[in-house]
Amino acid sequence: MSTSTQTSKTLYEKLVETHTVARLDDQNVLLYADLHIMNEYTSPQAFAGLAQTGRKVLQPGQNLAVVDHIIPTHPTTIRVIQDADSALQASNLKRNCEMHGIPFYDANDRYQGVEHVIVPEHGMVRPGMVILCGDSHTTTYGALGALGFGIGTSEVEHVLATQTLVYRLARTMRIHVSGRLPFGTTSKDLILMIIRKISAQGARGYAVEFCGEAIHALSIEARFALCNMAVEAGARGALIAPDQMAFDYLTQRCPDLKGESLAQALNDWRHLRSDAGATFDAEYSFDAADVEPYVTWGTSPDQAIPITGCIPELSSIEDETERQTVDRALRYTRLSPGSALEGVPVQHIFIGSCTNARIEDLRAVAEVVKGRKVAKHVRAMIVPGSGEVRRQAEVEGLADIFLDAGFEWRQPGCSMCLAMNDDVLAPGIRCASTTNRNFEGRQGREAITHLMSPAMAAAAAVTGCITDVRNLGA
Amino acid sequence: MTRLSKIEGVAAPLPIANLDTDQIIPKQFLRRIDKAGLADGILYDMRFDSNGDKRGDFVLNQPAYADSKILVAGQNFGCGSSREHAVWGLLEFGIKAVIAPSFGEIFYSNAMNNNLLLVALEENAVEAILRDVINPQYSQICIDIEAMTVRSHSQSASFSLSERHRRMFLEGLDMIGATLSMEDQIRAFAQAHWQHKPWLKDIAATTRKRLV
Repeated sequence: MSTSTQTSKTLYEKLVETHTVARLDDQNVLLYADLHIMNEYTSPQAFAGLAQTGRKVLQPGQNLAVVDHIIPTHPTTIRVIQDADSALQASNLKRNCEMHGIPFYDANDRYQGVEHVIVPEHGMVRPGMVILCGDSHTTTYGALGALGFGIGTSEVEHVLATQTLVYRLARTMRIHVSGRLPFGTTSKDLILMIIRKISAQGARGYAVEFCGEAIHALSIEARFALCNMAVEAGARGALIAPDQMAFDYLTQRCPDLKGESLAQALNDWRHLRSDAGATFDAEYSFDAADVEPYVTWGTSPDQAIPITGCIPELSSIEDETERQTVDRALRYTRLSPGSALEGVPVQHIFIGSCTNARIEDLRAVAEVVKGRKVAKHVRAMIVPGSGEVRRQAEVEGLADIFLDAGFEWRQPGCSMCLAMNDDVLAPGIRCASTTNRNFEGRQGREAITHLMSPAMAAAAAVTGCITDVRNLGA
Repeated sequence: MTRLSKIEGVAAPLPIANLDTDQIIPKQFLRRIDKAGLADGILYDMRFDSNGDKRGDFVLNQPAYADSKILVAGQNFGCGSSREHAVWGLLEFGIKAVIAPSFGEIFYSNAMNNNLLLVALEENAVEAILRDVINPQYSQICIDIEAMTVRSHSQSASFSLSERHRRMFLEGLDMIGATLSMEDQIRAFAQAHWQHKPWLKDIAATTRKRLV
């Protein structure tokens, strides 16, 4: 980290400073967490550790837990977890939360959903917070100027017992994006382009701040998707300085803040930005005009191309390690070097995940599929991010559009993003997916994932192959 | 915690870039509420074919590497999901150290918290070690944590480890206990923090009460 003695500070440095309980050594601080979120699969061993040592949860009211990863998403009203191990994970989480007085969102709770969807949805993400969760996509919260990042289970136990984390300081990176995103592109395409250009470890070790005209033109939900996937470039945090759009979003979602208390909060949040003279350890800049719909072709999120482009030729890659990496990925995804992605048939469409299952994502899908049908031989499912998103989509008539088109309209959960529940792809199935990881086996052994935006996934659903949504017409 | 100063043994070459934690331990092994049996899931799709039979061509299935204690891997090893099961599983499998040009950040912290040693070396140093260990005759590696050195058949290299992590390996450290000795300081910090930002106090509890 830039241990700048000058007075100009980055937003990241300010957030760390205002949460430092103590400096432990030159690389580590004891960092206070305003909010700690848990799920059923990365917390059990942490609670077991507390039980073993007889330790208590220091501040239960700053913690919450939700069942999201293992939960089935079949469109039934009452959800029953059939798998015995998964059912035990859910009941164990409930028991642990009851024992320690931790707010809990159970499988059939009206507000249940994917952790990173429900937490901001109900105003629990506020600018200037530090938010931890045993899940790598906790970087999502940077969209509202909160420092969020994923931790492991040992750290979950540490946070439960102390509400703090022994935190290794990150280096700082600024990514400036000028201009405006062109027609037919989204923040998903932007982040896929950035990851492709800086690589899957391009931001490793850094807390990234996104800035520039293109960033502040994005809706808050689009910013969630951007910050969510910063971790796919290895980032230890992603931040966007909160602006009027963020304040409006928050004002709607924080009913506890009104009149004087709201004014006090807004006054605090307005100061959350990097100082003009602040220096970053690394800087990149991009032009939003260069963004096209991006689709991944390989098994790492940086293996992406614009839909108009071609997969790399092996002969064009000089570095031997890189050539082997590309070759290995293409053997897995059953694609040829130098070929295009447009026109590649898909058998499955998955619209969901903490990246792209919010109401704006579903509206974008509805816009494409309205009056069209899911292609023959394609199974298309929509898994909304939360109960709230699901109800909103039904109120707006989006659910009817999906059902008319032939989509499955399912209950909320992480579902096929990581396939921990029963939503698993069979070997060889090729899936157009709005998720965040195209790793080998992620959606099922030998299943092939192509990451893309919700609109692009919708276009693939109706044509049955990877398609440039811009050419689909009205 | 077990105290470690030296790790010696067979090292297996696994030169794959961005080997993510989903591959290190696939989803179907994450359904338990304890840490038992995770070794079964380690690198499952690489070790076993779709019928569940051992893949003879995979390095860890070859007799010469069956008792590997060390992996020599590609860049960004352990990227992706935060699942600490990857670290627990590797340890249960018998792996005590991984040598690679770089590691995923969350994986790095998880490994350090469990005494799985991660040694980051320059890419060409890792490649040179790989050229040794790819030959079963030269697959022995010795890592001295006190001196922070790695020795393979033909190579020797130094690595760095933060003082905190080095102490964790050499002396063991009850991190939660150490932090809890500062409990009063943490409570005082929170009180002062909430004085300035009252909208953060009990944020999860008050929201849960509102959402009934």
